[in-house]
Amino acid sequence: MTASADPSFDAGREPLLAPRTAVTVVLLAVLALVPVYAMLSGDGFALTLFTRVLILALGAVSLNLIMGYGGMVSFGHAAYLGIGGYAVGILAKEGIGSGLVQWPVAIAVSALYALVVGALSLRTRGVYFIMITLAFAQMIYYVAIGLDRYGGDDGLTIYRRSQFGGVIDLNNKTLFYYLCFALLLTSIYLVARIVNSRFGLVIQGARSNERRMRAIGFPTFRYKLVCFVIAGALCGLAGALLANLTNFISPALMHWTRSGDLIVMVVLGGLGTPFGPLIGAVAFLLLEEGLSRVTEYPDLILGPILLLVAIYVHGGIEGLLVGRRDG
Amino acid sequence: MLYFIEQCLNGVQLGMLLFLLAAGLTLVFGIMDLVNLAHGSLYMLGAYFAATFAVLTGSFVFAVILALFVSLIAGMVLEVVAIRRLYQRSHLDQVLGTFGLLLFFNELVRLVWGPAGMTLALPQQMLTAVQIIPGVYYPAYRLVIMVVALAVAALLYFVVMRTRLGMLIRAGASNREMVGALGVNIKLLYTLVFGLGAALAGFAGVMQAPILTVQIGMGENILILAFVVIIIGGIGSIRGAFVASLVVGLIDTLGRAFVPDMLHRVLSTNAAATLGPALSSMSIYMLMAAILVFRPEGLFPAASR
Repeated sequence: MTASADPSFDAGREPLLAPRTAVTVVLLAVLALVPVYAMLSGDGFALTLFTRVLILALGAVSLNLIMGYGGMVSFGHAAYLGIGGYAVGILAKEGIGSGLVQWPVAIAVSALYALVVGALSLRTRGVYFIMITLAFAQMIYYVAIGLDRYGGDDGLTIYRRSQFGGVIDLNNKTLFYYLCFALLLTSIYLVARIVNSRFGLVIQGARSNERRMRAIGFPTFRYKLVCFVIAGALCGLAGALLANLTNFISPALMHWTRSGDLIVMVVLGGLGTPFGPLIGAVAFLLLEEGLSRVTEYPDLILGPILLLVAIYVHGGIEGLLVGRRDG
Repeated sequence: MLYFIEQCLNGVQLGMLLFLLAAGLTLVFGIMDLVNLAHGSLYMLGAYFAATFAVLTGSFVFAVILALFVSLIAGMVLEVVAIRRLYQRSHLDQVLGTFGLLLFFNELVRLVWGPAGMTLALPQQMLTAVQIIPGVYYPAYRLVIMVVALAVAALLYFVVMRTRLGMLIRAGASNREMVGALGVNIKLLYTLVFGLGAALAGFAGVMQAPILTVQIGMGENILILAFVVIIIGGIGSIRGAFVASLVVGLIDTLGRAFVPDMLHRVLSTNAAATLGPALSSMSIYMLMAAILVFRPEGLFPAASR
């Protein structure tokens, strides 16, 4: 896990029209125009698909904050998607439909969960950390299965999307799309600001050499814990959005393979880069969707692609664009 | 009381099964430093091989032997084709790559065997229940699983601790560069170890096939249990894997059998019905979290790591 080269060193030295800048700009432009395309072609499915891409990209951005910059490989990130989703679902079922209550609760509960999990997990290192975060996610998964009142194993249908006093109507697909887009861009900006702040530099320092950071007087445990909580809160928001998109939540949302998906998106796109998680989410989900249209057995092709990326590509798609060689 | 003994036996049986999976996983992890999410796929493949060979040969015993052999070959081929290129990569790349393999194998099984599951019928003489102590009957096949798995564990212990191959395996676990520098063919050793792990996983799948349905994704949940085992036991430690397998098997089984009843006594029926299954499914994860909080490297940390 020490192999990832520090991306912040070569930032800023890039020419203005480097391939990666160009790809990022084009990608953002395309994403901004998706609703226009959907309106012109009447392809409502594309809009739903891309909304899903944006929401999972938000989850990947959150995972990238702790995994890419902090070196904390969380294998239980789907738990936050579930917690955020269930916060919306449970409140909706209990008759509290206002998004102004639902979303803050989703974020707060996720942050609280992250605080507890982080406080216990951050004592461990490396693979043990991977596995303890997985263990906590499994616990939440089984809690959700045990929630008989809220559907248990079968899941829970949400009959009304979050209400925003008539100001924002989430049933408007285009509006919902742009809301997700805005939240995603805001969080990418937020994460970029965090990792380049003094706080973020401590986090990155702790990734490279934690003992040294402690020796020069930083209580790294507390820094990492705060970072872990911020990421949890962000992914909880993604969960709330996802519940509003699908109008349905179930424990399957938190199955460990969903956490695996998020890791795949981040690593595929480019670990520890601002736009890597977005690129990874777009690539992974569109590849999945595209392959399932041309073949009945999409994973027969997707699986080997992931394997090849893991073996031959250094630093994910972002790494390909920059032509970086590490490791 | 009889019920308790029966559940304990079930727990030991699950533990032995987990040990077969975890032994391979912990060897691969400890020696090659590889996080292998595809280990559960080998378990699934073993079960499918056995079910297929049982249909082809008509004999349960032949099917088991053939499936074991094919699992070994499949593991070694997989190592040569893909896995060995992942050793030098970061754990994250390994997660990405083996996750890809997991997707691939699930889909491959769907392509070859179809989406419906399979069943593996037991021979007549294993269907009976055996009286183990007066008044306690237990299915013969589950006893067979226990005995066979114990025998495999003993064999594994012998191979790792008493043979030249085992010596090299242990040496590889503590310092692979040194072993390579001393002229050992480390590539071949790794292929053998991975094949051994695959055979053990396949064997676990074979043994479990008659009890559960053979189906796609059957390896995914048990893989996580096997990871819990090797984390509790300490990565790379066979002894730790053995102890942790038994502990996890017993706690999981006894938790499912008794926690709901115990809750019924202290809580209202409704609350207990909700909490019981959740709590008993969570028990081993709570155990693992608790152990890691107090012993961040597991119960039997390998000395050199």
